[in-house]
Amino acid sequence: MSSLSELYQNVILEHNRSPRNYRVIEGADGQAEGNNPLCGDRLTVWLKVEGDVIADVSFQGLGCAISRASASLMTAAVKGKSVEEVERMFQRFHRLVTGTSEAGDSETLGKLAVFSGVSAYPTRVKCASLPWHTLKAAMLDESKPEGREQ
Amino acid sequence: MKSALLLDLERIRADFPILTTAARDGRPLVYLDNAATSQKPRQVIEALTRFYAGGNANIHRGLHYLSERATTAYDGAREKVASFLGAAPSEIVFTRGTTEAINLVAQSWGRSTLRPGDEVLATGMEHHANLVPWQLVCEQTGARFRAVPVTDRGELDLDAFDGLLSDRTKLFAVGHISNALGTVNPVRELAAKAHARGALVLVDGAQSAPHLPVDMSELGCDFYACSGHKMCGPTGVGVLFGRRELLEKMPPWQTGGDMIERVTLERTTYAAPPSRFEAGTPPIAEVIALGAAVDYLRSVGLEAIGAWEGELLARATELVGAVPGVRLVGTAPEKAAVLSFVLDGVHPHDVGTILDDDGIAVRAGHHCAQPLMDRLGLPATVRASFAFYNTMDEVEALARGVRRAAEVFG
Repeated sequence: MSSLSELYQNVILEHNRSPRNYRVIEGADGQAEGNNPLCGDRLTVWLKVEGDVIADVSFQGLGCAISRASASLMTAAVKGKSVEEVERMFQRFHRLVTGTSEAGDSETLGKLAVFSGVSAYPTRVKCASLPWHTLKAAMLDESKPEGREQ
Repeated sequence: MKSALLLDLERIRADFPILTTAARDGRPLVYLDNAATSQKPRQVIEALTRFYAGGNANIHRGLHYLSERATTAYDGAREKVASFLGAAPSEIVFTRGTTEAINLVAQSWGRSTLRPGDEVLATGMEHHANLVPWQLVCEQTGARFRAVPVTDRGELDLDAFDGLLSDRTKLFAVGHISNALGTVNPVRELAAKAHARGALVLVDGAQSAPHLPVDMSELGCDFYACSGHKMCGPTGVGVLFGRRELLEKMPPWQTGGDMIERVTLERTTYAAPPSRFEAGTPPIAEVIALGAAVDYLRSVGLEAIGAWEGELLARATELVGAVPGVRLVGTAPEKAAVLSFVLDGVHPHDVGTILDDDGIAVRAGHHCAQPLMDRLGLPATVRASFAFYNTMDEVEALARGVRRAAEVFG
């Protein structure tokens, strides 16, 4: 496979065309905006939390195929997971897109493994990881004792 | 094609060593990101090497032989640049680039001159480098920052310009050629109107100096800024042209060595321009190599350069414009060397990555012109920008690459 077809795998193209969980969650427990001023990518992530578990998560925004598909696959991957699991998943994902995967990472990434091609394109790492950084910010937003800032 | 005959493309391309290096996965490089930075001919690279290998010394200080020679070469480069721009050497200040040149005018002239009630007029198609320095100095002085709106075709709204220009306008800042769209602004006419209301005119020439014959007396501006690295010269050096009587009155911006007349612990007097604005050791090697770049551009001929780039742009407009799903962004009748476009359903960054896979280097993004992108309702565009060393084959490769991007995402 050429590095280009490895980057734009069918799963990524398909999620870019029809992103999952592309909606606003009314009355979300947490919400955050992510923004890459260098390229203009912008997205918002919303989440609902029950106990320690992400009960629902969604996103909307403008970005390239990599960032859109990453956000879409991320929402599908983290739903039903605990905040701690999500944190570990992000670490594995980050190692994947920066080409620093450790033994066992790929087995536990599931569908997210389609982003392995990103590591050949250092300028696109931010596109893939922006949704995850934004999700982290939304989780922090949720955990604020005083509630969500408008 | 007449202008193609005026340019010996094969010989010109042989002057640019980088054009034979490989791009991603060993593919031949198709360099269409010239608005970001141009490539360098060996004449410029050799000027740098020659200076460091056999001529390096500081200038305007040493009594020794090497310093004398370096000073002569540095001052000689100022004469070359002055002649290239149709100005006097005393009107040429070397800066780090266009950005620093504009900041110099904003902080020296602007900060010492602007008062509450005054206005600085820019335009909605400026590069951030010709917007933010004015916004800042307006905040600092209480002057008001205003901007001429842009039409759907990517031209300045000239009626709105007439309406915005007033006796309160102290300076009009305008790009000669839009880096994002390639629009050539009618700078001479705009300058005449601004002058009639008593305003000074600063022209951001970063995109015009490498593409058009530019003459300060003909352009009729008070300040003109350009960057060495966009005109076949090295990075780290740029040029500010300022009319002599304006530079004379302007206070220093940065201070230090080489810009003083007499320093005592009580009081310092400053050197005359241009030295007044060149504090510290300047980029000596880069200035000398910029002189070589200007010599090179003149040997090729700016008229021939403009004509050939016009043919490249016309062909690119035709071929890329014919790809299904492509929308050209910026369709002013007067354009130079830049083709900006979007492809339906494909983000510009993805187009850029697919072109890169074919060895084609373009820019995808907001081109440091966010207000313009907001006006056009786009987060980003793909921008192919041409130089005189580009070929029709490269234009065709671009169009094929855009077609491929449409297929990958189809």
